[in-house]
Amino acid sequence: MQKLSIEVTVNGTTYRRDVEPRLLLSDFLRHELGLTGTHVGCEHGVCGACTILLDGEPVRSCLMLAVQANGHTITTVEGVAPNETDLHPLQQAFRETHALQCGYCTPGFLMSLLPFVETHPNPTDDEIREALAGNLCRCTGYQHIVEAVKLACRLMHAPQDA
Amino acid sequence: MKPPPFEYVAAHSVEEALDVLVTHGWDAKVLAGGQSLIPTLNFRLAAPAILVDLNPVSELAFIEANGMLRIGAMTRQRTLERDETIARLAPLITAAMPHVAHPQIRTRGTIGGSLAHCDPAAELPAVCLALDATLVARSQRGERAIPARDFFFGLFSTALEPDELLTEIRIPPMPPNTRYAFREVARRHGDFALAGVALTLQLDEAGRIRAPRVALFGVHDAALLSESAMRLLDGAAPSEALVREAAEAVAHDIEPSSDIHASAAYRTHLAKVLTARALRDALGDALGHATE
Ligand SMILES: Cc1cc2nc3c(=O)[nH]c(=O)nc-3n(C[C@H](O)[C@H](O)[C@H](O)COP(=O)(O)OP(=O)(O)OC[C@H]3O[C@@H](n4cnc5c(N)ncnc54)[C@H](O)[C@@H]3O)c2cc1C
Ligand code: FES
Ligand code: FES
Repeated sequence: MQKLSIEVTVNGTTYRRDVEPRLLLSDFLRHELGLTGTHVGCEHGVCGACTILLDGEPVRSCLMLAVQANGHTITTVEGVAPNETDLHPLQQAFRETHALQCGYCTPGFLMSLLPFVETHPNPTDDEIREALAGNLCRCTGYQHIVEAVKLACRLMHAPQDA
Repeated sequence: MKPPPFEYVAAHSVEEALDVLVTHGWDAKVLAGGQSLIPTLNFRLAAPAILVDLNPVSELAFIEANGMLRIGAMTRQRTLERDETIARLAPLITAAMPHVAHPQIRTRGTIGGSLAHCDPAAELPAVCLALDATLVARSQRGERAIPARDFFFGLFSTALEPDELLTEIRIPPMPPNTRYAFREVARRHGDFALAGVALTLQLDEAGRIRAPRVALFGVHDAALLSESAMRLLDGAAPSEALVREAAEAVAHDIEPSSDIHASAAYRTHLAKVLTARALRDALGDALGHATE
């Protein structure tokens, strides 16, 4: 069986592993690195639970092979909070607006939305719904997630000295 | 839901990829963005012996404008969506891109992958038909330029041979007075379309329609040009009656199928309504209000 040696930087740590070509990146993160914050729902690109940042851009980790991540930089939900005790403003906003119930979908939503909240100080509801469209949530009805995005944008783009 | 075992080769040049295709023929599969191929592997609908990854082939990721607009097959869909040269020279592509799946998919998905995959409901094949694009295929036997209208055969089937790579897409410059429009209906933003239309046309000095190209998707086994509508439009003076007649005519050319998302009859209805709306978008002021 072919095994390939890869080097991937995840949340600032560089890992070296020998992997089978068919290993999905989602399974690499969960099973090889123990980073189980990345969830797996459908394994065909529809639900968005497995979304991670690859070189800063959101991608489905279930639609990439681990070998394709060789030499790349990844952020998973474990790498979002600034430290052990504080939450990222987007996580804070999800918590305050009750944007999660079972929480299964939450890591995927957070990773999809991170680049969006960073670049949108004051998004419209339509823009937010379009940004959410690639992630499924079976609990919340999305309304509170839209609220969370609004709050996160306010928190992140508040005037510094106000 | 895990891919069956396969061997993996990361190609670093077109030549390297072609070598693998020649050696392995039908047993080899090209991996581009993986956004259609990996789901197919995960479902075990395909079991290639060897995957050739084109992602490291940097010579296939480019956008160049030099008279002709040239787009490398490995150009990401997200790049097409954001690129200013594309917005200037082929705004129909810019209009269509937000409808192609979701940003997370477009980050990886490529233009070449979408065209080679040839999903009947995909936007980009129809856009290439409407823009009169030429698709360039390369094998060790040489290079050939295939007009878009001869490229899309049917359900997941194209003019590409197993030893060929799609390398680039060439789009001729749009003559002055070219109008374009894009319309689709999907269940949710980013879902595959139930039906859609991409069209371009020109208005001559006398205000008549010239060189209309009406491409439909989601309503046939592959994207197609509606010759019936195009015959009616070519040389005609824009009017609301003409718009309605052309929209009715598309029904002659399409054979939509029924599935859990929509019946064939509903898809036909959508094709007509969307064609009329797209023609109104494109003709705009030229349509006047005389006939209404
Ligand atoms: C949830 C979801 C929703 C989607 N929604 C849409 C949508 O609304 N509209 C839409 O159009 N698409 C949609 N897609 C598909 C997406 O756009 C894919 O990116 C695209 O169909 C395939 O491009 P790719 O680069 O990912 O190719 P891959 O998946 O890597 O390859 C697809 C096929 O093309 C072949 N191939 C790829 N590149 C070449 C080449 N250069 N030469 C020869 N053969 C090649 C491969 O061997 C394979 O058979 C969706 C996908 C998902 C997962
Ligand atoms: S598990 Fe990857 S999109 Fe559902
Ligand atoms: S909170 Fe349960 S699926 Fe979203």
